[in-house]
Amino acid sequence: MPIKKVRSHISPNEALLFERSSPGKKAYQLPDLDVPAVDPRATLGAENVRAEIEGFPEVSEVEAIRHFTRLSTWNYAIDHGMYPLGSCTMKYNPRVNELVARTEGLAWAHPYQPESLSQGALEVMAQLESALLEITGMDAVTLQPAAGAHGELTGILLIRALLEQEGNPRRKILIPDSAHGTNPATAAIAGYVVENIRSDERGLLDLAALEQSVTEDVAGLMITNPNTLGVFESRIIAAAEVLHRKGALLYMDGANMNALVGIARPGDFGVDVMHLNLHKTFSTPHGGGGPGGGPVAVKKHLEPFLPVPRLKRANDAWAFDYDRPLSIGKVKAFYGNFGVLVRALAYIMAHGGNGLRAATMDAVLNANYIRKKLEPFFDLPYTLPNMHEVVFSDERQARLGVRTGDIAKRLIDYGFHPYTVSFPLIVHGAMMIEPTETEGKLELDLFIDAMISIAKEIETEPETVKTAPHATRTSRVDEVKAARKPVLKWAPARA
Amino acid sequence: MYPEEYRYTKEHEWVHVEGDTGTIGITDHAQHELGDIVYVDFKYGRETLKAGQRVDQGKTIGSVESVKAVSDIYSPVSGDVVEVNGALAEAPEKLNADPHGEAWLVKIRLTDPGELANLLSAADYQTYIGAEK
Amino acid sequence: MLEACGVESPEDLFAHLPEAVRLKRPLQLPPGISEYEIVDYFRRRGDENANGYATFLGAGVYAHYRPVLVDTVVSRGEFLTSYTPYQAEISQGTLTTIFEFQTMICQLTGMDVANASMYDGSTALAEAALMAARLTSKGGLLVARSVHPEYQEVLQTYAKNQGMPITEFDYDAGTGAADLDDLERKLNDLTAAVIVQSPNFFGVVEDVKRAAAIAHRRGALLVMGFAEAVSLGILEPPAADIVAGELQSFAISPSYGGPYAGIIATREKFARQMPGRLVGETTDTRGNRAFCLTMATREQHIRREKATSNICTNQALIALMATVFMTVYGKQGLRELAEQNLAKAHYLAGKLKLRFSGPFFNEFVVSTAQPEAINAELLNRKIIGGLPLGRFYPELSDAMLLCATEMSRRDDMDNVGQALSLRGTLSPAPRSA
Repeated sequence: MPIKKVRSHISPNEALLFERSSPGKKAYQLPDLDVPAVDPRATLGAENVRAEIEGFPEVSEVEAIRHFTRLSTWNYAIDHGMYPLGSCTMKYNPRVNELVARTEGLAWAHPYQPESLSQGALEVMAQLESALLEITGMDAVTLQPAAGAHGELTGILLIRALLEQEGNPRRKILIPDSAHGTNPATAAIAGYVVENIRSDERGLLDLAALEQSVTEDVAGLMITNPNTLGVFESRIIAAAEVLHRKGALLYMDGANMNALVGIARPGDFGVDVMHLNLHKTFSTPHGGGGPGGGPVAVKKHLEPFLPVPRLKRANDAWAFDYDRPLSIGKVKAFYGNFGVLVRALAYIMAHGGNGLRAATMDAVLNANYIRKKLEPFFDLPYTLPNMHEVVFSDERQARLGVRTGDIAKRLIDYGFHPYTVSFPLIVHGAMMIEPTETEGKLELDLFIDAMISIAKEIETEPETVKTAPHATRTSRVDEVKAARKPVLKWAPARA
Repeated sequence: MYPEEYRYTKEHEWVHVEGDTGTIGITDHAQHELGDIVYVDFKYGRETLKAGQRVDQGKTIGSVESVKAVSDIYSPVSGDVVEVNGALAEAPEKLNADPHGEAWLVKIRLTDPGELANLLSAADYQTYIGAEK
Repeated sequence: MLEACGVESPEDLFAHLPEAVRLKRPLQLPPGISEYEIVDYFRRRGDENANGYATFLGAGVYAHYRPVLVDTVVSRGEFLTSYTPYQAEISQGTLTTIFEFQTMICQLTGMDVANASMYDGSTALAEAALMAARLTSKGGLLVARSVHPEYQEVLQTYAKNQGMPITEFDYDAGTGAADLDDLERKLNDLTAAVIVQSPNFFGVVEDVKRAAAIAHRRGALLVMGFAEAVSLGILEPPAADIVAGELQSFAISPSYGGPYAGIIATREKFARQMPGRLVGETTDTRGNRAFCLTMATREQHIRREKATSNICTNQALIALMATVFMTVYGKQGLRELAEQNLAKAHYLAGKLKLRFSGPFFNEFVVSTAQPEAINAELLNRKIIGGLPLGRFYPELSDAMLLCATEMSRRDDMDNVGQALSLRGTLSPAPRSA
C-alpha cells in the first residue's frame, strides 16, 4: 500500500561544529571598548587566567546558520505533523506565545529589579495564578517549580511539611503500578519509601488494596487522573476519603489534565495537592526536551507551606511576601520559569473558559475515534471508557514476533512520530496514543490508515516492520554500543 | 542448557559449588529477558564489591543493565568474596554469550553450605521459568 | 467521527464520569480574545515594567547582548516544537546539538563529561550535592557563605529531606573570598562535599584549587558552582570534582527569573552518578555516525525510586540558545567578551570604594551608607543600581553589589560613580591597575 503522508527527499549532511572550524573564523563582532582595556593577568592574578579554550568552535556566521538549519531538517516536530505520544499532550504551540514572551519589558526584567518597576510581570503571574485556581478548583498555587517532576517534589515536600507540623511526617508514599517513573523517583528524593499499589483487573486503582495499605505510616497516595490508561479513576472521591480518614493526603499528577479542563476539577474530587504541566496541557513548547513549567496547586490547609515568596497585594500594587515562617523554602532560585508562564497565560487568554472546554472535548473525541478505528486490529487490554488517550497492547502482533517498539519504528516510515512505547508497565507491550485536540480528521485518518497498514504488514512481511525505519536518513541506531562504550563528547581524531 | 550441578534461585542467579567455593552468575533466562547487556555494577550496600567482603544470602551484590532495564543481583549464598570477575567491565556482552561459564560474576567462600538446600535444582528452575511465562 | 465513536454528541463521551465530580457550570474565565488583544495585553504589561533603563544588577542574572542568530535558530519549528529525542532516527537535529553542547561545556569547564541541562544553576548545585553524597556514601555538606544566597536556600530544601546536614563556612571580610581556614576547621570525615561558587556571589574569584586540596584531604569532593558563565571565557578551568553552573549569561533572556539552563559536568569516573540526560555517539545500521540518549538506566523512567534524580523535562531549548551563543562568539569571541566585561567592571570600580580586596570578574561590592537612597536617585536618571546586600547579609547592609557587562555604557557608569561619590564613597586615590 503506498504511503500517503511522506515521500523521500534529499536532506543535507552536516558535520559537527568542531569539524567545520578553522582558526581565526568568527561570527561575532563586539563594539570597541569605550573604557580602557585591562590586563587580565594583572587584575585576576596570573594563576587564574586560562589559556585558550581548546577545541571551541571557530566558524563564520553563514556557517553557523547553515549548521543549525541543516541539523533542524533532521528533526520531526509538531509543526510537521501529529505526535501520538500518550501522556505528553503534544498540542500545537501557538506562535503568538513566542512573540509575547519576547516583549522587551518582560524579557529583560531582572528578578531583583524594584517591585515598583516589575508590576507588569507580577500582574502576569497573578493572572495566571487566578486562572489556574479556577481551572483546578484549588485554593492556592505556586508558579515556582520548573517542570512536572519538580512540581511533584514540591507537592510531596508540602505534604511532608504539613505532617511534620502535626507531629509525624510518616514514612511511606503509595504509588500505583501504572505510575510514571518520576513519581517514585520524586518520593525517594523527598525522603519517603515507595510502596506500590496494584491496579485491579479493569486497570483502575484497587480500592480494597488501598484500604488495606493506608496506615498511619502512610503520608499519601500519588495518583494520575485520568490514569495512564486514559481512564478516569471513578472512585477517586472514595479513595480520597480512605486517605483522609487516616490523616494521609491525596496528590494528583496533573499530566493528564487535558482530559479534564472545563469538565471536572481536582479540587472538587478530593485532591489536596497537584501539579500541572504547562508544557503539556497549556501548550508551551517542548523545544526538544524543555523548558517546562510545573505549578503546584493546593487546598487551604497546605497553603502556609508553599514556597517563598508568595504574591500579595499591598497599597494597590503587587509585591512579594517573604514573611512565610512555615514555608518549605525555595525549590528554585527566583520565582519560576516566568517566560513559560507568559506563554501559558497567553494560551488561556486566547481560549477563554469556553475555548478551553471545547479543546478538552475535541481531545477526548479524537482519542475515542482512534480507539474505535484501531480496536479491530490491536488488542485493548482494558476496556473501560477512555478519555484523551488510549492504550493498546502488542499482544496479537507479539505472537508473530513483532513488538510495540518495532511497530513504533515502522510508523516513522509512514511520516509519524511514534506513540509512547512500553508504558504504562501494567500493559504488555503498551502502545499509548494521545492525539490532542490539535489534530483534525485528515491527520487522524492518515494515522489510523498507517497503523492498519502496519498491522497488515506484520502478517505478510514482518521483517519490514522489525527492521524499520527504512526511509529515514538515519536508520535504527545502535543503543547498545552507545551504552557499552559511552562517547559523550567530541574529541579530535588522532592523526 | 542449565547445568545439573548448579543450584538456582527464583531471582535467576545460579551458584556452582566446588569444595568450599561457590561461583555465582545470572542464568540464561535472565540475560535473555534483559537483552543486550551494557554494564555490570558490583556493589554491596554503598561499597564497591571486592575480595574480602562478607556477604549475606539474599542481599544485593550489584546490578546488571541493558539499554532499557536494570536488574539487581542477589547473592544465593552467604560467605566471603574471593574474586570479582574483572573481565565484565570491558566486555559486558559476555553475559549474553556465556552466562553460565565465562561470564561468572563473583566467587565466594561459603560460610554456610546448609543454605544450598534452599535453592532450586536445574529441573525445578526450568519448571519455575516455564511456569513464569 | 461521532458516528464512528457510536455517540450522538461529544458530551456523551463524558457520560461515564460520576455525577459528583462533574463541573456543573462554565469555567469563570474571561472569553477568548484575539491575537492582537493578546499582544496588546502583554505590551502593556511590558510597559509597566522597567523599560529602557540601564542596569547594574548582576547577582546571578546578567545583562548580556543576545546575538540575533540565537532567536533565529530556536524559532525554527523543527527545534521549538519537537519532543524529547527518545526516537533517535527522527531527532538527530536535537541530539547533534546536545552532543555539541555537552562538548563545549566540557571544553569550557575542563571536565570530562557534561549533561544535557538541569533546570537552572540553583537546582544544578543541589543535585550536584546529592551526587557527591552518593559517590562518597557520606552526608555532610560544607557550603561557603559566599555562594548565591538563593542557591543556598534551594540546597537546603533538597538536602534536609535526605538527612544531609549543611554547615556554613564564612567569607573573609577583607578579601570577600571564602575563608578556607574556617573551612579547614569545620571539615570532618563525614563531609561529602565542599561547595563553593566562583566567581562567588560578591564577584570575587575563589581559590578553588586550595579548597579542593583541603576537601580531598578529608575524603570530600569539591563541588564548584558558577552563576556568570561568561567568566569561563577567561578564568582557569576549576580544579573541581563536580561543576554545577548557570548558563543564563549565554543569550538567555533575564525574563524575570526564568527559564534558564543549569549544567552539571564532572570527571569520567563519576559519570554514572550524574543526573539528567546524556547524549552519546554511536552508529546506525548503515554505519553512519548517529547520536542517541544513553546511560538512561540512571534515570527515573527506568530506575524509578533508585534513580539518580527525578528530572524528566529539562531545559533543552534554552541549552540550544546557549549552544548558538557559544558558536557565534566562538573561541576568540568568548575570550574577547570576557575581557570587555573585565574592563567595564574595573573602570566602574576604579571610581568607587571597594569593600573587598579579592580579584573580581565583572561584579564587585562597594561600601555605601545608604544603598537604597543611592538607587532611588539613580532611578531618576533611568538607571537601575546594584543590589543592596542587607537583604541577604545583615553585616553588609552598608554595601551594594554592582555589575558591569559589555552592555554597560561609559556615561551610565560615570553617572553611577557620581551618585555614589555624592554620598561619600568616591575612592580616595586612583586604583593602580
